[in-house]
Amino acid sequence: VTCRELVELVTAYFEGALPEEERAAFDEHLAVCPGCVRYVEQLRTTIRVVGDADRLGDSPEVGVLLGAFRDWKRARPTTG
Amino acid sequence: MSTPTLPRTRIATGIDDPDAPLLARLRRGDEEAFLALVERYGPLMLRVALTHVRSRAIAEEVVQDAWLGVLDGLDGFQGRSTLKTWILRILVNRAKTRGVREARCVPFSSLAAPDDAAPAVDPDRFQGPGDRFPGGWVTFPRDWRTLPEEQLFARETFACATAAIRALPARQQEVIVLRDVQGWSSEEVCEALTLSEGNQRVLLHRARSRVRAAVEHHLEEAAA
Repeated sequence: VTCRELVELVTAYFEGALPEEERAAFDEHLAVCPGCVRYVEQLRTTIRVVGDADRLGDSPEVGVLLGAFRDWKRARPTTG
Repeated sequence: MSTPTLPRTRIATGIDDPDAPLLARLRRGDEEAFLALVERYGPLMLRVALTHVRSRAIAEEVVQDAWLGVLDGLDGFQGRSTLKTWILRILVNRAKTRGVREARCVPFSSLAAPDDAAPAVDPDRFQGPGDRFPGGWVTFPRDWRTLPEEQLFARETFACATAAIRALPARQQEVIVLRDVQGWSSEEVCEALTLSEGNQRVLLHRARSRVRAAVEHHLEEAAA
């Protein structure tokens, strides 16, 4: 595995989706390549940053939804 | 006198759904249960709807439309998936339909997204066939562990990551938001977005790679 190939395998590696042989080749490469160790570490950090970055925050307008819910409830044949 | 302990109530197919109690109440027409679900999944639905349509107002409509679909489909919901993946699937379908209808009138950015098959890292960062180590790094990436945490996890870094996510094609945004922001499992994401494991992984890979590149660019500029 070259460095250029390794960067395309990182997600599959994290997901445990690499076939045994490729996984071994990945690990062997990391053992001797400080550049790729850094790259893999950068991706781990990115995942952490994303987890904190894109907070969802905004909620939809509840008023309209509640109105729709009440209409639905009224129209239901099964409710008692 | 002892009553035999009843096994925990499960949905027929054996999926253990944390929303099962809310679902039961919702089916009885319990308004509190409905509001609890809106609070739990509303922001996510709005966020995902916004990957397909241009404006907040239209995203709101898509979310309302999706909830109507949820309520109408409630009697037919078999519990073959969890409630949250089912709700999200309905939302995504409505958002897509709406997005396609919109795109016919107005071109919008996430359709003109950057090349989907672009490599994770700029090919210029690797040595060519005539070099000493073909396919090896020209210069090693920076070791982010040597950066001060307050720079790495600064508000600017988060803002940069958020902007990078919002510039991704819709499908990649959905996957990275569900996996890395919401912490869903790959199985849940495949279920909600009707994706194969392999496709889900490819989308996640492209999304993460592009966000990493954006954060790297940001940190390099900050260091310069």
